[in-house]
Amino acid sequence: MIALQARRSRRTERIAVLGLRVAAGFVILAMAALLGYLAFEGTKTFYVDKFPLWSFLFSPEFAPDANHPGAAVFVTGTVAVTVFAIAIGGPFGIAVGIFLAEIAPYRMTQILKPAIEVLVGIPSVVYGWLGLTLLVPLIRTHTSSPSGFGLAAAGIVLAIMILPTVITLSEDAFRSLPGSLKEGSLALGATRWQTITRVLLPSASSGLAVALILGIARAVGETLAIQMVIGNATQFPKGLFAPTAALTTEIVTDMPGATAGSLLEHALFSMALLLLLIAMVLIVLVRFALRRRT
Amino acid sequence: MKRKSARAALHLGVVLASIALAACSSPSKTESSGTSGPGNGTITVAGSTAMLPLVKDASAAYQDAHKNVKISVSGGGSATGIAQVAANAIDIGDSDITAPDHSELVDHRVAVVGFAVITNPAAGVKNLSKQQLRDIFAGVITTWKQVGGADQKIVVVNRPRSSGTRAVFVKTIMGTTPLSEGGLVEDATGTVVSVVKQTPGTVSYVALSGVTGGGVTIVSVDGVAPAPDTIESGKYSIWSYEHMFTNGEAKGDVAAFIDYVSGRTDLVKKNKFIAISAMKVKETDR
Repeated sequence: MIALQARRSRRTERIAVLGLRVAAGFVILAMAALLGYLAFEGTKTFYVDKFPLWSFLFSPEFAPDANHPGAAVFVTGTVAVTVFAIAIGGPFGIAVGIFLAEIAPYRMTQILKPAIEVLVGIPSVVYGWLGLTLLVPLIRTHTSSPSGFGLAAAGIVLAIMILPTVITLSEDAFRSLPGSLKEGSLALGATRWQTITRVLLPSASSGLAVALILGIARAVGETLAIQMVIGNATQFPKGLFAPTAALTTEIVTDMPGATAGSLLEHALFSMALLLLLIAMVLIVLVRFALRRRT
Repeated sequence: MKRKSARAALHLGVVLASIALAACSSPSKTESSGTSGPGNGTITVAGSTAMLPLVKDASAAYQDAHKNVKISVSGGGSATGIAQVAANAIDIGDSDITAPDHSELVDHRVAVVGFAVITNPAAGVKNLSKQQLRDIFAGVITTWKQVGGADQKIVVVNRPRSSGTRAVFVKTIMGTTPLSEGGLVEDATGTVVSVVKQTPGTVSYVALSGVTGGGVTIVSVDGVAPAPDTIESGKYSIWSYEHMFTNGEAKGDVAAFIDYVSGRTDLVKKNKFIAISAMKVKETDR
């Protein structure tokens, strides 16, 4: 009787382990297929159409009809909106993270944390729509920009979108610090402000780096919300309020008309591959920061 | 530490997923026709969104008259229609533009569509010459004052490179003059109309069938307003044929439906298109 039960539970365990292996294998397979396909399609610009990689990255002239798909405008656009977003959202997010971890009373965190989690759940099309109906007219009336569309609108929308990521991760970074650090500092007579700026902030720096890097990664990959407000003009941003375009927005704007096998399709795939490479670099950076902390 | 890594991994997942979404840039060609090929009672149509109202009306009427035929109609854009019919994924591909790259496709012209130049009403311009239009869209003329309007900066709104509407505008107005890249780009007729409605100084071009309700000024070109009679007589030149492409010669129900669409001139007119039979000029006369 006991032997039978033992055998049965062993069998259940074997089946369960097999199931988990298959699931894990499937994830790896899906990742490999995605990577392989993007690498295959994304390099056709260079080995089928013979367009030099150098010109793809650094030529500002995007004219697939004239066999010249230079993507420098979009690379610059992606970098510009990301820098804009992280310059606003980064410090603000970290500040809220400090507040939640060190200053806010328990009751307040109970209200603030779910509110921040709701921010993550709002679909990006809603952010874009709000940007289009509130932010763009605001920029139009208060700046010299005739249309309101452009870098600033996209950057502000993105800054709000990356806030939840930066806030939760930086809060975690502070909460995971050993309590003895704070206690020791306070015991030595440091004020709360001194404790935060001179003891906690430096100790949490690698965790904060992770928060910022993942915020950057989210900003780089965001598509729909900024496509609605950036203006999608194939030109370098001529100012904070001038329309421009990013890698993601260009892909989504031009993809409906990219005939299979055309240079335009290949160029869009190359941009997608470039986005994937950027994401991978950022992930490596996160790994690096996490390892330094342990 | 564990918990934090897990949280980080979760965020990483969100980021990866959004990048993967952005990376899916290939137009979907996977809907296989399978059992829904021509002749067995089901017709699938996709493509130009400008043609959508007309094709939907016609398919509803056709299905009322032919109870054994089912027609599924969707949009996706002209280039998508062409790509899908070329891949045999659908029976009919709707398009505002021709398909020079696909010799296997057979072109069926079913109607004519006119395009209007629209501005935000505050621009204060009712008429523009072709030369002025060219200069505006090339970025040479930059304020409405230069063409007799309000003292306002001009904001050009273009369609994406792949747009059929943009192709027609370039062909009929711009010629060899390149479009300025300094303006905005919006990717659908409806979006263009609402942006022009809301943004002072804007100017763009849209299919006449897409200008519903007020809120924008339709500009005359060389003194001619876009209307059925001016397009039919050839006085107004921004128009093109609406095409229904089939992969090889159309047969059976597909051929019958295409004839039906061009034959229902009442539906054609109702949706602000023009019957080909009413045209007194040909495309080559322009």
